[in-house]
Amino acid sequence: MTILLCIALVLGGTWVGQHVNLLPISASSNAPVYDELFRVLLSIGTILFVGMLGLVIYSLIKFRRRPGQTGDGLAIEGNLPLEIFWTAVPAIVILFVGLYSYDIYDRMGGMQPLQHGEHGHQKMSTNQRIWGGIGSGTVSQAESKSNNPLPVEVTAMQFAFLFHYPKGNIISGELHVPTGQQVSMKMESKDVIHAFWVPEFRLKQDIIPGQPTVLNFTPTKPGRYPIVCAELCGPYHGGMRSAVVVEEPAEYESWYSKNSKEIISEA
Amino acid sequence: MTFANSPQANQVSPSLQPKGWLRYLSFSLDHKVIGLQYLVCGFLFYLIGGALASAIRIELSSPISDFLARDVYNQVLTLHGTIMIFLWIVPVVNGAFGNYLIPFYVGARDMAFPRLNAVAFWLIPPAGLMLISSYFITGAAESGWTAYPPLSITTPAAGQIIWILSVLLLGGSSIFGGINFIATILKLRRPGLKLMQLPMYCWAMLGTSILVVLSTPVLAGTLILLSFDIVAHTGFFNPTLGGNVIVYQHLFWFYSHPAVYIMVLPAFGLVSEILPVHCRKPLFGYATMVYSIMAIVVLGLMVWAHHMFTSGTPPWMRLFFTIATSFIAVPTGIKFFNWVATLWGGRISLNSAVLFSCGFIVNFVLGGITGVALAQVPFDVHVHDTYFVVAHFHYIVYGGSVFVIFSSIYHWYPKFTGKMLNEHLGRFHFVLTFIGFNLCFAPQHWLGLNGMPRRVAEYDPQFAFVNQLSSVGALIMAISTLPFLWNVIQSAFNGDVAGDNPWQGLTPEWLTSSPPPVENWQGEAPLVTEPYGYGITNEELAVEPSINDDIQIPQDK
Repeated sequence: MTILLCIALVLGGTWVGQHVNLLPISASSNAPVYDELFRVLLSIGTILFVGMLGLVIYSLIKFRRRPGQTGDGLAIEGNLPLEIFWTAVPAIVILFVGLYSYDIYDRMGGMQPLQHGEHGHQKMSTNQRIWGGIGSGTVSQAESKSNNPLPVEVTAMQFAFLFHYPKGNIISGELHVPTGQQVSMKMESKDVIHAFWVPEFRLKQDIIPGQPTVLNFTPTKPGRYPIVCAELCGPYHGGMRSAVVVEEPAEYESWYSKNSKEIISEA
Repeated sequence: MTFANSPQANQVSPSLQPKGWLRYLSFSLDHKVIGLQYLVCGFLFYLIGGALASAIRIELSSPISDFLARDVYNQVLTLHGTIMIFLWIVPVVNGAFGNYLIPFYVGARDMAFPRLNAVAFWLIPPAGLMLISSYFITGAAESGWTAYPPLSITTPAAGQIIWILSVLLLGGSSIFGGINFIATILKLRRPGLKLMQLPMYCWAMLGTSILVVLSTPVLAGTLILLSFDIVAHTGFFNPTLGGNVIVYQHLFWFYSHPAVYIMVLPAFGLVSEILPVHCRKPLFGYATMVYSIMAIVVLGLMVWAHHMFTSGTPPWMRLFFTIATSFIAVPTGIKFFNWVATLWGGRISLNSAVLFSCGFIVNFVLGGITGVALAQVPFDVHVHDTYFVVAHFHYIVYGGSVFVIFSSIYHWYPKFTGKMLNEHLGRFHFVLTFIGFNLCFAPQHWLGLNGMPRRVAEYDPQFAFVNQLSSVGALIMAISTLPFLWNVIQSAFNGDVAGDNPWQGLTPEWLTSSPPPVENWQGEAPLVTEPYGYGITNEELAVEPSINDDIQIPQDK
């Protein structure tokens, strides 16, 4: 009976992890990796939570004091094998989750040395520490779509983002990127700490004054997604939003050639 | 040992202490009076913090910023966080129950340093009033309870400075309390009482106080540097003057992550006291409970940077703090399994105290699971600084600590006042709180995953419905306070007489009258070596453990 319940719990938890979708659509190359991690964590979490909930409710009903009952419960002060068991099981689960998320982190490129843009840009970073987020590695190199990431310089200020494309000298209030192309953003803040977050990319990186940060990603799905500032930055923090427009390469090219060499501010 | 002369020392001036209810407004040195001062003062601040939370939920019931001005909204959320942490949960789970119970548990007549104890309490009301009055005079701080520079340097200085001063006072109070608890637990134990015979709450408070004493000074130093940056235009954290904002985050979280354990470890201890009494069973796995508290203390000091995964942290640091944070789940998990094992096979009275304790277990397990998920860097980079985090930490501090505070009030109210609380109102209070709490915070997980950042007054209209759901939950939580308040007030006057030991508990505070006399016992303090010895004798309940012939229980039953 107990074994059957446990099997049902594990199967149910796995089913929930696979079939309950709590996330927005995924639109970058690391988003499916993230979703994989999320499904595993959701499965484990559901199993643990429902299991504990069931144990508590069962105990409260089964072992409640019935009217007229007196006396104490069983004088069990401990049970060493049982305690070793439930020290070992969470430790193993944690170890698994840790190793698994390390693997995910690695696949997202989190353990790669940071690079921004083309090799020529690296000399800028030699005298400045540049810290970056996930996706700063070589996700797209593995896909061998392009070894030349598209460099973008992001400037954040109260309460807007500005995107500068060094190649065409474009300044834009919206980020335009082509699908399948790795984008490498170097981000700096003019005033306070902001954060660049695109929920559909599953990526977030703080933009820190006095300390440039790098965020690399590869968009995969055309569409228009919100860019949200996620770090409290003042009264209009909630309104500090922009959009990233992911386009097919041809559409992007036409946007690019239309705006190239001219300074256009849409902000 | 030095315990022997403390009774005489205290007997010098009992007549100088006010009698009757006035002593609760006085500089009383009685640990029980101070404990209740902490509790009532904390609860008043809880009501204020709750009103601020209501203002936030009203603002968020529509996607546009229409209820509060934008800067006022930021002041409100800053005050809400600061009040709930520094004026409600930390003082109540540490100061209130610690002061009331620890001297009983160690068999002492008072805390080690009664005057320091009174000073620690009386720092709190002025600090709290100063913090709140800043809203009316100059505008309160508006950079969140984290006060990250450069935002905290560039927002209006007066409010931020008052915020720093208040937090410094409250931190000082906390340190005084921590020193006092360590001294009391280690030095004032009744002769013959071994450390491993202490009730679990003593261990929780010992661990908590170690965290308080080690980490709070770091926060104090950090905030003093921050105030220099604001007032004297120094450049510690000001990037335009060559300062480094990341250093502030490290220093801040070096205190503020342990602060989470300062809020939940005492709650763990309180639950460990409450469950055995009402389950009529020994606490399961006493020794592993002690070791896991100490493991949480050690690990809790080295996980702070998991609050900074999206900030400026190199990859190795992200990895290290992921692993350290994940492993806190192991000792924490042991405690939860032990509590369930304590329930198992018991004779559980399903009263309000047990319901709130079990509500705590359920809520905290959910908060813990999302906590392990948040510890994983790749998971965290998506949901960091979103409503997912808001939901997570409210499950820890409200679903965890605040549920335990209510549970403890239901459990110890008979001892505090000599009167019983109304059980029906208590269960009604639990049902309302549990439903309201989960309705308020469970949907916020979804909001965070789908793109709603925290600390915003306006948001994408697609989130409006779920936010309204959450606001309804907040409304139910607000309403749930009413039956509780009514219960507590009218039971003090009209409640059934509790007697000395209504729950048939074995821990020392039940072995004296309700409310207990000044200096706790008429005769010598009882030696309780088995605080959880339920069901051990096959005879009918032995209320007074017949261990020592010296035990002098007041025979006025």
